[in-house]
Amino acid sequence: MKTFFAAAALGAGLLFASAASSEDLRATGDLGLIIERATGTALIVESTDRTVLAQVEGLGNLSHASVVYSRDERYAYVFGRDGGLSKVDMLTGKLVGRVMQAGNSIGGAISDDGKLIAVANYKPGGVNVFDAETLELVSEVPAIYDEVGNQSKTIGLVDLPGRRFAFSLWDGEQIWILDYSKSLKPEITKLEDIGVFPYDALVTGDGRHYIVGLFGEDGLAHVDLWKEPLTVERIMDGYGKGEEPLPVYKMPHLEGWAKANGMYALPAIGRHEVLFMDERDFTEVDRVKVHGQPVFAMARPDGRQIWVNFAPPHNDTIQVIDILERKIIKTMKPGPGVLHMEFTPRGNEVWMSVRDKNEIHVYDTTDFSLKEVLPAEKPSGIFFTSRAHQLGL
Amino acid sequence: MAKTERSAQNPLRSFLKAGVLALPLLTGAPLGALADEEALKIIDREKLTDFVQQDCGSCHGLTLEGGLGGPILPENLEHMDSDVIQEVILGGLPGTAMPPWRGFLTETEAAFIAEGLKTGAFK
Repeated sequence: MKTFFAAAALGAGLLFASAASSEDLRATGDLGLIIERATGTALIVESTDRTVLAQVEGLGNLSHASVVYSRDERYAYVFGRDGGLSKVDMLTGKLVGRVMQAGNSIGGAISDDGKLIAVANYKPGGVNVFDAETLELVSEVPAIYDEVGNQSKTIGLVDLPGRRFAFSLWDGEQIWILDYSKSLKPEITKLEDIGVFPYDALVTGDGRHYIVGLFGEDGLAHVDLWKEPLTVERIMDGYGKGEEPLPVYKMPHLEGWAKANGMYALPAIGRHEVLFMDERDFTEVDRVKVHGQPVFAMARPDGRQIWVNFAPPHNDTIQVIDILERKIIKTMKPGPGVLHMEFTPRGNEVWMSVRDKNEIHVYDTTDFSLKEVLPAEKPSGIFFTSRAHQLGL
Repeated sequence: MAKTERSAQNPLRSFLKAGVLALPLLTGAPLGALADEEALKIIDREKLTDFVQQDCGSCHGLTLEGGLGGPILPENLEHMDSDVIQEVILGGLPGTAMPPWRGFLTETEAAFIAEGLKTGAFK
């Protein structure tokens, strides 16, 4: 009896303690992670008052790192170039898990049920899949694409509805779809001859269209994931019009945010243009000449504006295209090395990494005024937790 | 820098020399007779190292261990002479994603990078 009372008292005390600290509780919906690529660190930031909350250390080589979030927005999964997969607690700012899962990797995705983390690797080429809770390896898919056993670098990994993932083979010129809905031994669908050097891919927010950019050709590969059996078709074929492509000093990126107002905004390869493609028939609607080789062409969440950054030597500049007239409405020079942009969830502000200034800039997207400058060590990718609820991000 | 550089034969040596001369700078000792030309080289050396890590690194990885582009660490380049590497840097590799950097880099700068890649100076 005494024990019971003691336990009850202790329980009450705990309850009281947690009630007292509830003022300190916070949610994660306005948080984000900024990669500091040279130091293997990341900043946890919040976008309501635009401040830095913590710095997370020990993340390894973060050149070209990317991030996905658990569906409760509590944990960030950071994919490093060195093959490291790190799990970061966004509330405590602590590294809570880390595995070296390959020699060289490029990015990852989280399954729609939040249970599986998939990582696309360059070396050894293929995709590894992990338990999101424990980071235990649960499936390995080597991207062997011919009889000789050649293994391809993998790119453009995204999640699809129904516990599936899609990715592309840089060397193998294929698209693979992994289906984990029945077991951890995936059913694999392979689509061949998609085109030369697929460099990145996107899936639309509805999970219907997987679109792959090709470095070696002036066209894109497209799969309508709602139409069985799956087939791959070439779209925007010959957008270069036979002209000699310009050298590309940084690979562009494709993500699902490209869709806006019935169109996709896509960076052209080897041309200083953003291409606008009809979302229904995949034909060209328009093209806009821009300041350099576009790297990211990102729609503001409402789709009204497309923000574009550029490869060297033009990476000090940002241009904003109005979607209605497809005219450049703003050109600005935040500084050398503008690597990445991320919109706040409703698009009122955009955060920008200005690497060579060691700064993060926050701009108002309506009047383009500079709202904040935050210090960061060689910042690159910026990832807000709101990505947790967007397919393909 | 390249305009005043005459001994294009071994730019690495002069860069290394510049690096040694930089020591008094770092320790706060007076510059003394350290020529402006040398100071200029120090800055450029840093700039080129940064260029290799950031711009080459965007394809070859920040520590040059490879990305979409292959690894370019000393052990990967053993079979290539530095003048060949210099030519690849300046002229690119047609049919691959390696672009020509002529226009961004002078002959001397490309030679410095080629030599540095062979010796692992940018790791």
